[in-house]
Amino acid sequence: MSLEKPYLDVPGTIIFDAEQSRKGYWLNQFCMSLMKAENRERFKADERAYLDEWPMTEEQKQAVLARDLNWCMRTGGNIYFLAKIGATDGKSFQQMAGSMTGMTEDEYRAMMMAGGRSPEGNRYIGEDGDAQAHRQPQGAAGKKGA
Amino acid sequence: MAKITASVYTSHVPAIGAAIDLDKTQEPYWQPLFQGYEFSKQWMKDNKPDVIFLVYNDHATAFSLDFIPTFAIGTAAEYQPADEGWGPRPVPKVVGHPELASHIAQSVIQQDFDLTIVNKMDVDHGLTVPLSLMCGQPEAWPCPVIPFAVNVVQYPVPSGRRCFQLGQAIRKAVESFDEDLNVHIWGTGGMSHQLQGARAGLINREWDNAWLDKMINDPVACADTPHIDYVREAGSEGIELVMWLIARGAMADVAGGPKPKLAHRFYHVPASNTAVGHVILENQ
Repeated sequence: MSLEKPYLDVPGTIIFDAEQSRKGYWLNQFCMSLMKAENRERFKADERAYLDEWPMTEEQKQAVLARDLNWCMRTGGNIYFLAKIGATDGKSFQQMAGSMTGMTEDEYRAMMMAGGRSPEGNRYIGEDGDAQAHRQPQGAAGKKGA
Repeated sequence: MAKITASVYTSHVPAIGAAIDLDKTQEPYWQPLFQGYEFSKQWMKDNKPDVIFLVYNDHATAFSLDFIPTFAIGTAAEYQPADEGWGPRPVPKVVGHPELASHIAQSVIQQDFDLTIVNKMDVDHGLTVPLSLMCGQPEAWPCPVIPFAVNVVQYPVPSGRRCFQLGQAIRKAVESFDEDLNVHIWGTGGMSHQLQGARAGLINREWDNAWLDKMINDPVACADTPHIDYVREAGSEGIELVMWLIARGAMADVAGGPKPKLAHRFYHVPASNTAVGHVILENQ
């Protein structure tokens, strides 16, 4: 019998459940290691070598090197763990969250100042809100190719 | 005997802590938010508790994926503010209340809630930001604090109903402690926010305020809100609101007493990625 996962039809959202957590175990534990200053230094000195000390998948390592947080999440990362990479890079939570939308930092900040992203059209996959797959990436990044 | 006299509810956004620590509270971006806590800081002075029972969540700080306790009670004598990657916040250490904490642990476990007991942990912004919002920047926090950490990071998190029932068990536990203590229970986290994916930045002012109305006036119905409603309506991290129901469940009206007095209610968007909600309820 399959488990109940009613959250799979929410657009632009990956719920960090037990399955994702298993998938991302080493990725997230690598992130935790960055809470120690000496590990942050070693990581910054040679990212690839530091990542190779961890039994992560090659894809997870590539996602970290690319600083592509959406990609990290698809491979099992969780935002509170991934935030340790952001902290190592000197990034705020707002910069990290914004980076996953395709918006520039200014665009994302302006959206928040204007009251945030509306839930309208963003509750179920298949609606037409700005978080739906067919409307990515958002902001200036999305307009470039249009 | 010990008694819960009030409950406090507030968001615990890390950027709020940074704004306080970097002396930015009077900047135009932050000023309206801190204005909403002016009443509360005075209220804390006028209604000083002996102990704060502080419900919060750890954000991959004390608990990595090594251990993921659903409900963890801190029974230590003290706790250090954690280094979350930006260096520890420059705030006082948190002094615990081991006697009351151990008493609550024993009583609540005997009421069928299987708590994890923690004797050593650092506390992150989830616990220290609410203290800063309510107490400002003192040399020492005004009273001992019992940290109570809830897993809301890895799904499934506990249901609102379970949290509400746990609050009721905590009230009974506190009231069976012999020493006369004035105890506050705080529920923290939320309100609507999503920190991930293409839907990052979601805010739902209408839903948040309807949920607040219900939390205050009809907590039994509020506790029945299913997980998926929080995710869909208030964002993937909006699920933190289940922690408010622990504090709400500990109020006297839930056990047949009089309705609490609404001393303060405040709502503001945005603090970084998040909608900030804040309520103070007093037992009559």
